[in-house]
Amino acid sequence: MATQHSRSAARLMMAPAVVLLLGWMLVPLTLTLFFSFKKYLPMRGDSLERGLDWVGFDNYVRFLGSSSFWPSVQATLVIVGGVLAITVILGIFLALLLDQPFWGQGIVRILVIAPFFVMPTVSALVWKNMFMDPINGILAHLWRFFGAEPVSWLSDASVQSIILIVSWQWLPFATLILLTAIQSLDSEQLEAAEMDGAPPVKRFFYIILPHLGRAITIVILIQTIFLLSIFAEIFVTTGGAFGTRTLTYLIFQRVIDSQNIGLGSAGGVYAIILANIVAIFLMRIVGKNLDQ
Amino acid sequence: MGRIVLEKVKKSFGDVTVIPPLDLEINDGEFVVFVGPSGCGKSTLLRLIAGLEDVSGGKIEIDGNDATFIPPAKRGLAMVFQSYALYPHMTVRKNIAFPLRMAKLDQAEIDRRVNNAAEVLNLSDYIDRRPGQLSGGQRQRVAIGRAIVREPAAFLFDEPLSNLDAALRVGMRLEISELHKRLKTTMIYVTHDQVEAMTMADKIVVLRAGNIEQVGSPLELYRAPKNLFVAGFIGSPKMNFIEGEEAAKHGAHTIGIRPEHIEVSGDKGAWSGVVGVSEHLGSDTFFHIHETGLAETITVRADGEVDFKHGDRIHLTPREDVIHKFDANGLRIE
Repeated sequence: MATQHSRSAARLMMAPAVVLLLGWMLVPLTLTLFFSFKKYLPMRGDSLERGLDWVGFDNYVRFLGSSSFWPSVQATLVIVGGVLAITVILGIFLALLLDQPFWGQGIVRILVIAPFFVMPTVSALVWKNMFMDPINGILAHLWRFFGAEPVSWLSDASVQSIILIVSWQWLPFATLILLTAIQSLDSEQLEAAEMDGAPPVKRFFYIILPHLGRAITIVILIQTIFLLSIFAEIFVTTGGAFGTRTLTYLIFQRVIDSQNIGLGSAGGVYAIILANIVAIFLMRIVGKNLDQ
Repeated sequence: MGRIVLEKVKKSFGDVTVIPPLDLEINDGEFVVFVGPSGCGKSTLLRLIAGLEDVSGGKIEIDGNDATFIPPAKRGLAMVFQSYALYPHMTVRKNIAFPLRMAKLDQAEIDRRVNNAAEVLNLSDYIDRRPGQLSGGQRQRVAIGRAIVREPAAFLFDEPLSNLDAALRVGMRLEISELHKRLKTTMIYVTHDQVEAMTMADKIVVLRAGNIEQVGSPLELYRAPKNLFVAGFIGSPKMNFIEGEEAAKHGAHTIGIRPEHIEVSGDKGAWSGVVGVSEHLGSDTFFHIHETGLAETITVRADGEVDFKHGDRIHLTPREDVIHKFDANGLRIE
């Protein structure tokens, strides 16, 4: 296979994909970097045709100095961490349940995946209006049924509500990956552990959980990538109010609401740095699992 | 101690009966082999004894106690699985120590037993490796090590050698026999390979479709098979079966004669036929003879030096004293 000829053919055939992907990534990145060093306020008459003023690191200093910066980083990390914890723990639990033989298994498995197919905007709206509405939501009715005062979820427990909504969307993904991992476990290993005197709980911690290590790593890595940039769920529910302004949302507000493209671009560069810091930590902590 | 008694043990999955009521006695210290073609229920029977499957009826007694409903861990049996079922994320040491940790033994005792087992099985050099870094034979030994540290009443082996290559299989066969001689613990061994059964067993249990066809020592089964199935299953190559006129001469519906009990000669003999395929093993040669008028093919064993070519007409003489006679139902006539 690896003749000189086949290797150059392979390079030639991969070239379009590589060029396209590089362009896809490099063009926006370069533009973001370019804008982040410029004063660019379209509403005040700045435009590319007339040329933009170079302002050095002003935008970076302003973005970092804003009182909303650190709370937004914190909100981002809390939401990502919360969703990861819920989806992984509940995902393992659900995967264990779905692995048991029961009547109607096929249908139930499809139903479990269903939330993943609902668009984020739609699912957030459904949660907001159908479940969490403090007057006519299902949860409000439930609270009243038990004689309790309904909770205004999106204002009184806003971060928790966002975590709940996003977890609902991502739980199927985690469950699915973990379910396939559980199914690949050799049943003889569990039987051997049973004969070796390990009760069900110990079988879970000594055999099943280590077996799932790799799958959990993958779930955490993939989800983190997507969760760092959640936007729609916040946009249609709290609009960034009540402590749910994540870094992504803050950048959106800087660019669209304040019409300050330079400042938003600087925020974008911070977001890239944050994502990389999180990625390095994740790789360090869980990446070992992938080596085995 | 390790005396296991099965009384009317039965197993069905839904409507399908895998094992009809069956009685079996396994004495302390015996090496018992369950042998039979695939799907005969031998592995199921072993799993019933282990407690990994629930019986549908009957009683399992271990050392005089009713163990029918005792969970597997409490039966005092250790099992070696076909896939070895080692825990891949644990080192060899941790794998072997696992049952002891589950039994909450103190660390000094665990270390003593694990080191002892590692020494007996020549695993000391690999003790800190993981199963993924070991060869098939070494994994097999770790699985056995994990079984022996528990000092069980009996060992259960579920086709433990079927994943090994031929040379290693012969070696491990000897090692397991050796282990049995040293430990003197009851061993129950499941295999579909009659060579393993013949070479290792004190007692062979031949199974077909969940039924016990015959129980006996290897030589008893070889010399006096109770029916056609056992006669055909035990012995390699297979026994020749002859029906019709030749069988009627001996007063039987079918007669059986083993390949090693037929004399081959170039010029004279009771039967004659044409040589088909000949398999030269060096020490022996097996000829497949056609056109004998007795059966489609007759297999005979000759000395390794005997050389007939494909298509040669040769003569065969059976040894009259070792002809097995069977009636129309396939049962042995004495």
